[in-house]
Amino acid sequence: MGDILSNYDILGAFWMTIKLSVLGTVGALVLGTVLAVMRVSPVTTLRAIGTSYVNVFRNTPLTLLMVASILGMTYILGMSLSDDQQTNIFRWAVIVLSVYHAAFICEAVRSGFNTVPVGQAEAARSIGLSFGQSLTQVILPQAVRGSIAPVGSTIIALIKNSTVASVIGVSDAAGMMATIVENETGTFGVFLIFAVGFVILTLPLGMAFTAMSRRLAVRR
Amino acid sequence: MSATVLFDAPGPRARMRHRILTGVGLLIAVGIAYVVLRKLGDAGQLAAEKWKPFVTKDAWTQYLLPGIWGTVKAAVISIVLAAVFGTVFGMGRLSDNRGIRWVSGVVVEFFRAVPVLIMMYFAFNLYARNNVFAVELNPLMAVVTGLTLYNGSVLAELVRSGVHGLPAGQREAGLSIGLTQGQTLRSILLPQALRAMLPALIGQCVVVLKDSALGYGITYAELLSWSKTLGSAYANTIPAYMAAAVLFILMNFALTFVARKVEARLGRRGVRPTPAAGTAVLGADAAAGGNPAGPSTAQG
Amino acid sequence: MNPRRIAAAAMAAGVAAGLAACGSDDGSSDSGSGGGSSIKIGIKFDQPGLGLKEGSEYTGMDVDVAKYVAKKLGYSDDKIQWVQAPSAQRETLISTGQVKLVVATYSITDERKEKVGFAGPYFIAGQDLLVRSDDTSITGPDSLKGKKLCSVTGSTSAQNVKKKVPGVNLQEFGTYSECVAALASKGVDALTTDNTILAGYAAQDQYKGKLKVVGQPFSEERYGIGLKKGDTDLCTKVTDAVKSMISDGSWQKFVDDNLGPAGFKPGAGNPPTPDACS
Repeated sequence: MGDILSNYDILGAFWMTIKLSVLGTVGALVLGTVLAVMRVSPVTTLRAIGTSYVNVFRNTPLTLLMVASILGMTYILGMSLSDDQQTNIFRWAVIVLSVYHAAFICEAVRSGFNTVPVGQAEAARSIGLSFGQSLTQVILPQAVRGSIAPVGSTIIALIKNSTVASVIGVSDAAGMMATIVENETGTFGVFLIFAVGFVILTLPLGMAFTAMSRRLAVRR
Repeated sequence: MSATVLFDAPGPRARMRHRILTGVGLLIAVGIAYVVLRKLGDAGQLAAEKWKPFVTKDAWTQYLLPGIWGTVKAAVISIVLAAVFGTVFGMGRLSDNRGIRWVSGVVVEFFRAVPVLIMMYFAFNLYARNNVFAVELNPLMAVVTGLTLYNGSVLAELVRSGVHGLPAGQREAGLSIGLTQGQTLRSILLPQALRAMLPALIGQCVVVLKDSALGYGITYAELLSWSKTLGSAYANTIPAYMAAAVLFILMNFALTFVARKVEARLGRRGVRPTPAAGTAVLGADAAAGGNPAGPSTAQG
Repeated sequence: MNPRRIAAAAMAAGVAAGLAACGSDDGSSDSGSGGGSSIKIGIKFDQPGLGLKEGSEYTGMDVDVAKYVAKKLGYSDDKIQWVQAPSAQRETLISTGQVKLVVATYSITDERKEKVGFAGPYFIAGQDLLVRSDDTSITGPDSLKGKKLCSVTGSTSAQNVKKKVPGVNLQEFGTYSECVAALASKGVDALTTDNTILAGYAAQDQYKGKLKVVGQPFSEERYGIGLKKGDTDLCTKVTDAVKSMISDGSWQKFVDDNLGPAGFKPGAGNPPTPDACS
């Protein structure tokens, strides 16, 4: 096991996982919040778009979306994001991670909306705030606090799901694991190393989110 | 909180605006669809020979149906076991006993943190080396183990947050009529929390269904791996993946539909607290419930 | 206890009982080691020309080799149970006795020899390039500069080519079929891995005349038949079977049948002389 640690750049691979996760999280949070707002907006079309987005992306396996980004989007539709393959797949991997998890973030934030009592919205409307104002000034701030726990779970899932990016060749932790498994035969130890790596990445985050959701919970 | 409180019902002018917007949106969508289809056609992916396999009997009896069966089998067993696991450890985390609480917490946090695929590898090696199950069953049981441990942990968290979200009065009332802590939890808090978390359970079911696709790595044959094989056999990888995506979406829709029916049945029972008396209940309902699949892995 | 709770408990108990039943089965059933009337053999299910599930049939060179060897061991075709053997699980499948033999483009290496035994080699493959038939600009690894290349994540071939052609523009996928789809749709210019795998794709009806193997192998992969480490008896029998397969012309037939349509000719060193079992 010591050989494996010294012969392979495992830290570098995990660094790639971290980059994917951070960028993917930012994208998913932004897109997911926009989608959540769309799903409660007055415009029927926007609501419909939001709903179908969630239904399609939440129900399709991530692996298929990843492969589709390269085989479909890059090669057939010609939407290459860089002439360099490595850069192209990295950018697409971030986009796919964002797009896929945005569907889950959207639902998490929407569930946060549901934690806000109706009276809050009624009060906001009755003092004359518009849809946009009551959303951004009154509802969203409370909703975000109410959705911390589910959003946290989604981010943890995203970190672990970033491993799927290896199916299009991103050299992240999972790609490194595939390489080591190909070369070495002591696969059991290899899995242990990577399991521990992921526990280190996600466990503190999970505990932090649990603590945060308690501390920031809106007292009612 | 219903969304309609957020804005007035749109008037005639707003409705007209919305209609125009819808029209423009539709036009753009049609335009994009046209470009996509043309590009697909240019790349030869719409050629009849690539799609013909899907109307043959072999494609279904040899690849797709066994795939669907494999996916459904793993998903159903895992969902049931995960529900049991989640309830047990969720209750464990709410226990009065510090030791039980601590152990449950460690178990839940650990299994939530490890990627499902790695757990499957572990289980597969473990079962295979010790002959725990019949040889043919090992891959299935390893998949079920991975999915149960992960999704069970997620559900345990949902149970916990569901119970925490209930109004304090519920617990106090239980204790004040002389029930023990455990009795209060089992007969008062848990039933309410479980019902509240049903939508989340549904969302988690979708995740389980998709995650069964990770079984490919340990020789478990489900829909995604059978589509890969189909794509190799008929040299139509891209159409095979498209078909797989559609089948997954349909299966998930069916699952969601059934689950919603169940939810509606259960939802009718019992009296729901009025919003005035228990916003927190609605809150819990949503925090646990309105968040279908928030805490999902969904690798697939 | 209300009826619903009883129902739930009954359901949980039912599941548990079902699992227990599954578990107790295996005590009586033969877990793959020795005896029995059937033999479990690990192959690839999705590798055209080598091991491919086509409808209810299994085809390919590895499949034909496996059938031949099984027959010599006393198992007719209908006694063979095919098991899918993904690359990462081959050692586990063998060492835990879930399959008796693995015939799945399995290269003999020193690392693997520590875990499993090998009979063979029965074929010498080499890393090569697959390109579109009308592409004359790629003649070998040296002409890959500025070209887009495809291979499988973490595979030996991918690692090799990265070493051989530094800075190569490499796209990696999870399976070779995805690379072939990308190659056919002009997304990449070449696919690199063992020439047997490449020839298998080029020989598929749908790709015949559209793809070609360059024919400049730049590595040596000695395909062996994986079996339990230390089982010298089985190893000797399998090795004898491989020897007779080569000498009675079956070997040539298997190669021609499965890879011939691509115009593929086995490279130097073929047919190989199997190593002695230790």
